[in-house]
Amino acid sequence: MRDLRRLLGEWPVYRQLTGGDPTGRGSAAVSPRTQRTRPRTDLTDRVVKSVCPYCAVGCGQEVHVRDEKVVQIEGDPDSPISRGRLCPKGAATLQLTTGSARRHQCLYRAPHSREWRSLDLETAMDMVAERVLRTRRETWEWEHEGTRVARTMGIASLGGATLDNEENYLIKKLLTGLGVVQVENQARVCHSSTVAGLGTSFGRGGATTFMQDLQHADCIVIQGSNYAEAHPVGFQWVMEAKARGARVIHIDPRYTRTSALADYHVPLRAGSDIAFLGGVIRYVLENEADFREYVTAYTNAAHLVSEDFRDTEDLDGVFSGLDEESHTYDPASWQYEGSPVQASAGAREPVADRRTQDTSGDPATQAAGGSETHGSGGAVAAARPRRDETLRHPRCVYQVLKRHYARYTPERVEEICGVPRRLFLRVCEDLVANSGRERTSAFVYAVGWTQHTTGSQYIRAASVLQLLLGNIGRPGGGIQALRGHASIQGSSDIPTLYNLLPGYLPMPHHRAHQDLDSWVDSTRTGKGYWHEARAYAVSLLKAWYGDAARPENDFCYDHLPRLTGSHDTYATVRAQLDGACKGYFLMGENPAVGSANTRMQRLGMAKLDWLVVRDFSLIESATWWQDGPEIETGELRTEDIATEVFFFPAASHTEKSGSFTNTNRWLQWHEAAVEPRGDARSDLWFMYHLGRRLKERLRGSTDPMDRAVLDLTWDYPVTGPHDEPSAEAVLREINGKGVHGEPLSDYTALRDDGSTSCGCWIYSGVYKGGVNQAARRVPHGAQEWTAREWAWAWPADRRILYNRASAAPDGSPWSERKAYVWWDEPSRQWVGHDAADFVPGLAPDHVPSEDDVGVAALRGDDPFIMQADGKGWLYVPAGLLDGPLPTHYEPQDSPVTNGLYPRHARSPVLLQSSRPENRYHPGADEPGAGVFPYIVTTHRLTEHFTAGGMSRWSPYLSELQPEFFCEVSPMLAAERGLEHGGWATLVTARNAIEARVLVTERMIPLTVHGRTVHQIGVPFHWGPNGLSTGDAANELVAVAQDPNAHIQEDKALTADIRPGRRPRGAELPQLVAEYRRRAGITAETGSLARQEGSKND
Amino acid sequence: MTETHGGPSGERGTAGRPDPAADTGHPEPPPRVGFFTDTSVCIGCKACEVACKEWNALPADGFSLSAMSYDNTEGLGASTWRHVAFVEQTVPDTAPTAVPSPEGRTELGLSPVERAGGSAGGEQTEAEETPGSKIRWLMSSDVCKHCTHAACLDVCPTGALFRTEFGTVVVQDDICNGCGYCVPACPYGVIEQRPDDGRAFKCTMCYDRLGAGMEPACAKACPTESIQFGPLDELRERAALRVDALHEAGVPDARLYGHDPDDGVGGDGAFFLLLDEPEVYGLPPDPQVPTRDLGRMWRHAAGAGLALAGAVAAATATLAAARKGRA
Repeated sequence: MRDLRRLLGEWPVYRQLTGGDPTGRGSAAVSPRTQRTRPRTDLTDRVVKSVCPYCAVGCGQEVHVRDEKVVQIEGDPDSPISRGRLCPKGAATLQLTTGSARRHQCLYRAPHSREWRSLDLETAMDMVAERVLRTRRETWEWEHEGTRVARTMGIASLGGATLDNEENYLIKKLLTGLGVVQVENQARVCHSSTVAGLGTSFGRGGATTFMQDLQHADCIVIQGSNYAEAHPVGFQWVMEAKARGARVIHIDPRYTRTSALADYHVPLRAGSDIAFLGGVIRYVLENEADFREYVTAYTNAAHLVSEDFRDTEDLDGVFSGLDEESHTYDPASWQYEGSPVQASAGAREPVADRRTQDTSGDPATQAAGGSETHGSGGAVAAARPRRDETLRHPRCVYQVLKRHYARYTPERVEEICGVPRRLFLRVCEDLVANSGRERTSAFVYAVGWTQHTTGSQYIRAASVLQLLLGNIGRPGGGIQALRGHASIQGSSDIPTLYNLLPGYLPMPHHRAHQDLDSWVDSTRTGKGYWHEARAYAVSLLKAWYGDAARPENDFCYDHLPRLTGSHDTYATVRAQLDGACKGYFLMGENPAVGSANTRMQRLGMAKLDWLVVRDFSLIESATWWQDGPEIETGELRTEDIATEVFFFPAASHTEKSGSFTNTNRWLQWHEAAVEPRGDARSDLWFMYHLGRRLKERLRGSTDPMDRAVLDLTWDYPVTGPHDEPSAEAVLREINGKGVHGEPLSDYTALRDDGSTSCGCWIYSGVYKGGVNQAARRVPHGAQEWTAREWAWAWPADRRILYNRASAAPDGSPWSERKAYVWWDEPSRQWVGHDAADFVPGLAPDHVPSEDDVGVAALRGDDPFIMQADGKGWLYVPAGLLDGPLPTHYEPQDSPVTNGLYPRHARSPVLLQSSRPENRYHPGADEPGAGVFPYIVTTHRLTEHFTAGGMSRWSPYLSELQPEFFCEVSPMLAAERGLEHGGWATLVTARNAIEARVLVTERMIPLTVHGRTVHQIGVPFHWGPNGLSTGDAANELVAVAQDPNAHIQEDKALTADIRPGRRPRGAELPQLVAEYRRRAGITAETGSLARQEGSKND
Repeated sequence: MTETHGGPSGERGTAGRPDPAADTGHPEPPPRVGFFTDTSVCIGCKACEVACKEWNALPADGFSLSAMSYDNTEGLGASTWRHVAFVEQTVPDTAPTAVPSPEGRTELGLSPVERAGGSAGGEQTEAEETPGSKIRWLMSSDVCKHCTHAACLDVCPTGALFRTEFGTVVVQDDICNGCGYCVPACPYGVIEQRPDDGRAFKCTMCYDRLGAGMEPACAKACPTESIQFGPLDELRERAALRVDALHEAGVPDARLYGHDPDDGVGGDGAFFLLLDEPEVYGLPPDPQVPTRDLGRMWRHAAGAGLALAGAVAAATATLAAARKGRA
């Protein structure tokens, strides 16, 4: 009877007649299954806190686990950065981590084989260990040109920006221990010039602010960044500012989704940003619209520059010190006047001179990438240069600046950038109106600025402007360098980079750094916290070599391999092509799609003895030998390729614990939610167990070359079914410990006597009190907007850098509206919304004695505590290789001549490497220039991620942007007969690719030097593998590099475009060869030598 | 069995408006919830599309380039319950001439600084006529409107479609028999049958999540709060304020769509702030629920039937009488 009633009750008609739903469309219609509906998140066993693995915004995630499987991933509403929101990529992480595209089996391709075969993980690990030791032994070098190098150039590694800090730490530690110097990651390719540009300007190479603070800006200039598309969740803070009435300006070659949300868009020619920013700097100076009190007190505006210095205005486009043979500058003449006047002030002071001599005039030392070592410590310069407080002295920086930028008039800006004067002036007016005591403006940029042959100087130009306007160190101000990978900031800080050691200590150079003393002394400044570099360096050596590191053996300094020049990722590819580099690790990076000149990348890999690829799926860099573009063209034959290829499936962020450092410089900890399946393992596991194997194999060896490996501390606890090393133990080592093994609370506790150890001094404090500070998660609603109890920021948990400058010289806030950190007289402390980025308790009126050095030499109004003189650098007297002031030069490939300095089209010191695989286009005044008449700029789309390894295999993301395309204006489409929705072929001297055509008004033809210039946008995400396939934009790009940071120029090049698909097979290289013939391209084309030559004609 | 419109059930709702949940027998229903999609802050990221598919485990449904700006989804369908439209427009100078007023702060004039020298553009040049990009790129995330008068619901013969306690409209896939009546009934073209399955699917406003006090997946993911979820009354108030603010800020084209309880569908449970005419976004300008007059028609029909019956009866009686008379 009861059953009958229940059955009856499930019958909608019965319920309609007896219940409250006469319509029969509501409660009466509810089916039993609907009644039982519960969200699957209700049924989960646990919710694990995590961080999105895509871009560097670092959105919080909650990972729902049921029956040891991840069943849902959503935004973490507690996160002060993302507030629970996710972009399409973040929203697709369930598919990324649990989808069928992921591999779980190790694969092996034998030399000359046509097929993969499966391999068990243990065997694969043993085979790799054997190959590492063999190649290392075969290619070991003790000396180079008579000095110790203790290294192998036979092995290289690329990848780390997508990995955890702890993983990068083990990669760098193990490979350095093995003597491998060619260790690189995406940070080289994306933001290395940021480190050089920001580091030399302010003393640290990270963003000066954090994204949430953008909400307090009165004006936001987004330039060189497609913020809304590449960092959608971070863009909410721009929208917050806009909602409060802030002006939002987007300056970009293309009208993007960012432009659509800005108050206005300023289209400019790709590669002309320094001319634009120089124009704004001139506007500020000519109108004396700078924030004078700030500029005088906090910048080097008043410092006098050496009498020997000559500006581009004096030398027709170059600075003093240029050696036209080697295409390098001797920067000695750029120094402040009378640098050694304080020689009597302390024994350390003459250091400055030694450093200057070290870098000046030695191209090989310059090639070692020293500019990036200012990531957390400025360049060496006089601590107390002569000053003119009135800023009227003709050689004071302010006047030097004024003369340098006098040329950058609105007319010139219009001519060079293609930006109408009225629009340019509107930007100037907006910026000036929104800067000063009461107001602040922020700059936001990304790789649209960094990826140029003058990339570091792009960043410098914004730094100069923001210092002049008084916007650094203040709320709503600053410069946000938007990073593109989950931990690309971290992979610079704990660098998988050839030229750096953790904390931006330089990798030793064989000539400049022959012992510990010369290494430390040539690095550190006479004043400020970078003076203590010896403590940071010795503590690192203690962390790596433990008890073996003793004062009498220079703390094992000689275990460190030495640089002899540039060993950046592009130098590595050349070394592969030349047969010198034989083994290659790719860890979460896909250079066959993502690096410049992808064909050269693949040809280089085809010369390797062995290649290890660790990734989720079979990316292009793993399969080029089987089905790569050169197999199709016949340039390579699978049977001829002797490279052994190992594929190791990687664990995802949900399957390992560790920290990412986001674009705010915040270390955020993500917890492992489940164990990885099959052979998938973390990179921490891979490096740890590889290192363990290598040490076991070398046990008992008396060969001196094995000493460094045997001395390496490598005793991390392992847990779980896979013997996963403890990431927390690695983080503890990074944090450092004191004499009694206690975790250090910050880097000021580090000593240079070997009593402390620390794996990365700038991260010291992340394990303060024995607590993983990166895992702090006080919800944003339960704390102040600076969120000081969420995660941990380097350095010393400071959220806005240089925040001493948020107060006036007397220590009071510049204005109530912009109060941030100020001097509290009763407590004699700096207080406010953030930890002061300053010396604790140092009174604003403090003036040190002439004898003081280091931290004690800092004045109460020196906000830039990592700088040699405590000031923000408008003018860079040392630390950069291409000039003390940003100067407009044309890109390597440009359709126009230099409108400012006609005798110097390109930077006179950019890095070129013309070789058959990497030819340059004729300069605008060389014959054949017209063959590649259009500007190409590469870019990102919201729906995909960098080289596609984490998006092109995802059905949800791939369907949103299913095919590679290019964007052209209707005018260019008409000129070239391109059809909307049809196909086009783009050709450069490097390669030719095909793309679907989007004809759009968003691409705006510009008038440059009186002629129409067309720009073509190409997203760089595609390659031949995955669900969504297409040609790689980077096939078109040449390797031409910024001399400071060795970043390549992706953002401005030239090409031809023609309707229709590209030829197949052997006809493709023939097409490229035909273009080269037409343009008359040789090894000399576009070279600096030719530039110099034509100048002398 | 018909849900009546503006009839007795309508009078039961507050302020004379229908209360869809109460009217369909949900005892003490929670406030009616909905979406307010503010397209003026949409960045076209499509997080809503992906978050929806992830949560509801919908299949990917197509990998071809549409060449319709950045819209490769093309429309709502059985496997696409959120769709972001992209509209590229060429318009006159969109750059504002005044700084939008800051909230509670001193407003600073825009040009307090003298322009640089004579070179800084004192004279009028042709550049004066070429200010910022003359382009506008509209983006808008579309979704099922969860109409107050839902035609899909009205025509569903199986009771698969039902009005939830939240006032939303949901298809029960265990009931749906794939008859497809709902498809042509929808004035927005939202609901669709899945080809390989036959059953009809559309946005549920994450019915399962609502039951657990969670917000729908799309609204949760939306980076800029373009998609706002909440009690419909609150959303309507918020939307009205937002339109006023935009008008004040010099965006005269801002208008609401689907917010009006007196429109042809009795107001949408998911309504929008648009910056142009609805047609521009692919939305019908004046949607009408085709079953709008169903109740009246039923009553008419019933009346007519009665009249007919009466007439028949009368006629029969007359006939009978006549026969009788003849007989």
